[in-house]
Amino acid sequence: MNTTKIRITALLLLILSVFGGYFLYSTETSKDGQFGNIPFKLGLDLNGGTHLVYEADTSKVAPSEIKGAMSALRDTIENRINVFGVSEPLVQVEDATVGGESVHKLIVELPGVTDTEKAINIIGKTPVLEFKLQNEGLSTTTEYTMDQLFADTGLTGRLLARADLEFNQNTNAPTVSLTFNDEGKKLFGELTKNNIGRVLAIFLDGRPLSTPVIQDAITDGKAQITGQFTPDEAKKLVQDLNYGALPLPVSLIGTQTIGASLGAGALHASTYAGILSFIVIAIFLIFWYRLPGVVAVIALAVYTILNLIIFKLVPVTLTTAGLAGFILSIGMAVDANILIFERMKEELKRGLSLEDAIREGFARAWLSIRDSNLSSIITAIILYYFATSALIKGFSFVFAIGVVTSMFTAITVSRTLLIAIGIKKTNALTKFMFGNGVRK
Amino acid sequence: MFVIKFRKIFYSISIALIAVSLYGILSHGLKLGIDFKGGSIIEAEYSAAPNIDTIKANLTNIDLGEYSIRTTGDKGVILRTKNLSDVERVTLIADLTKDDTGASVKRFDSVGPILGEELRAKASKSIFFVILAIVLFITFAFRGVSKPVSSWKYGLVAIAALLHDVIVPTGVFAFLGYYQGVEIDSLFVTALLVVLGFSVHDTIVVFDRTRENLHKNNKEKSKKTFSEIVGISVSQTFARSINTSLTTLIALAVLYVYGPEATQNFSLALLIGIAAGTYSSIFIGSPLLVTLEKWQRKEN
Repeated sequence: MNTTKIRITALLLLILSVFGGYFLYSTETSKDGQFGNIPFKLGLDLNGGTHLVYEADTSKVAPSEIKGAMSALRDTIENRINVFGVSEPLVQVEDATVGGESVHKLIVELPGVTDTEKAINIIGKTPVLEFKLQNEGLSTTTEYTMDQLFADTGLTGRLLARADLEFNQNTNAPTVSLTFNDEGKKLFGELTKNNIGRVLAIFLDGRPLSTPVIQDAITDGKAQITGQFTPDEAKKLVQDLNYGALPLPVSLIGTQTIGASLGAGALHASTYAGILSFIVIAIFLIFWYRLPGVVAVIALAVYTILNLIIFKLVPVTLTTAGLAGFILSIGMAVDANILIFERMKEELKRGLSLEDAIREGFARAWLSIRDSNLSSIITAIILYYFATSALIKGFSFVFAIGVVTSMFTAITVSRTLLIAIGIKKTNALTKFMFGNGVRK
Repeated sequence: MFVIKFRKIFYSISIALIAVSLYGILSHGLKLGIDFKGGSIIEAEYSAAPNIDTIKANLTNIDLGEYSIRTTGDKGVILRTKNLSDVERVTLIADLTKDDTGASVKRFDSVGPILGEELRAKASKSIFFVILAIVLFITFAFRGVSKPVSSWKYGLVAIAALLHDVIVPTGVFAFLGYYQGVEIDSLFVTALLVVLGFSVHDTIVVFDRTRENLHKNNKEKSKKTFSEIVGISVSQTFARSINTSLTTLIALAVLYVYGPEATQNFSLALLIGIAAGTYSSIFIGSPLLVTLEKWQRKEN
């Protein structure tokens, strides 16, 4: 390639990088800059927050319906959380196989919410509403368990469209009026048509709230709960029901709360460590490899900027392990450059001219670079697949991005810059600049 | 080349390290963190340096069973207990902070048995698959090389080096766990996997050069022995291996000293592992090739 073209390419690369750096700075700090404010997405361990893991009890749900029920559960809980104005909550379903059995989990992440009590209450208070039919032929003298007294009907809070608070016109007693969705309307209609005279008990959180007798087939999908409520209790029940009756009972199996100060401290320490390690590596590179070392440092700077832009735009949620992975990848990114330089030195020793040594160095180092980085990528993929926590997933993702971009910057940036310097004469000065280490 | 010439010495160093590590693992066991075992960790910070005994006296409301409490930093404590139910957690936090209005809970982690079991299963599977993938990868990458040592033997040598890289950090952490209470958590497993990936990275560079020199040797019909060729390859890649590991170790050392507490054990595991990995790639991997080839010749 013609030297002028390469020099222009090199210049363009440098300008782009400076621009990239400016982009990073402006989107992070100012709100009215040209690009607006696009802050880095920080995970819980850098921001503070609460991470809850629930296990959903799917024992009463047919296997084919589990996915739908878990999805409804997810939506319900997300609605609940949104009411409380948590910024960027994360609610997701995660299935696992433990000891041969399927476990259906729900992961809830509430960044910035450090009052775990409040968080669990927001989710926990979602009521479980069930309609159960009282079994017939029971003796009045025996004591029965709840399960023996009542049978499930399949009519649950999952099928509720809305609840309203109403006041009885005569007694002014508060009643909760329920309206079912289409599926619920149909089921309710059938239940009432086929069971006139029996008690259809309304259970809330496992306890019977009201036990009316079915008088008639009800086909309009509406039901009323008249019980001993105070107006406040009724209002709260209506509110809870509207935010979503849980389709499945859940139990808390894992919690993680990180205080905001701990998170901020971790972020500060990670950033400091990152900057410091960059500086130390840069000093080492310049000292040992001299002029190519300077090229390597510039390539590293471009590498860092490129990675940070990717993290910002994808966006990649950064965690402490993720930042550790990034710092690790900075150390490893140098590798491709070193491979190339060592090759170059060998070619110089064999008597090649500087220009040819550079080209030969790149050409022959490529295979090594490709193979060795591939093994790192394979490791990252397997890690990501088996990761059990966001922390590890974050690490493997950042690590994989780092390996790929390091290959890119070494091959493009380092190569372009070295050739662009375009030193053609091989004399004592250039030998020094491209020599290395300490004079023996 | 000295690495090949004195390979017996390097083998013995490696064997000694592995033996000490295995001793550590077998006699002290591995201190598994709550990620694997289930349990709870609470980190609380007070307005002044806390008195452990006073705090312990306050923790009588719940039956905690076996628990451990240590100071951390100037004003904090870390309490490790069995897995706590919601109610127990609230009571415990109240008990921990009751004498001090400025006290706060900085961090709380609780892992139930299901999550612990899930992690144990995934951790062992991931280590197995990474080792398998690496062996397959090397065998495939070096499939063109069959003389004098067949390509699958390269894979075999790589595994030997990898085992060394996994056992040594685990051994160190077994000792640290016994003497300092350092725990093995999911991040430690992650560190092991990264070390595996990195160590192979290193080993491939040397094998690559060996392959290239073997090829050159054939083409030029020069009469170098396999041992000489491997020796030349090692000396040619020596500077590069050391320098790359050096920059990585620098980054990790800075991270260990200046980075956040959450990743300190992680960076330590990586430091030990990558140092062990570099050692194994240079001083074990290639010499083993030579040893294998000598055995092969003896058999013939």
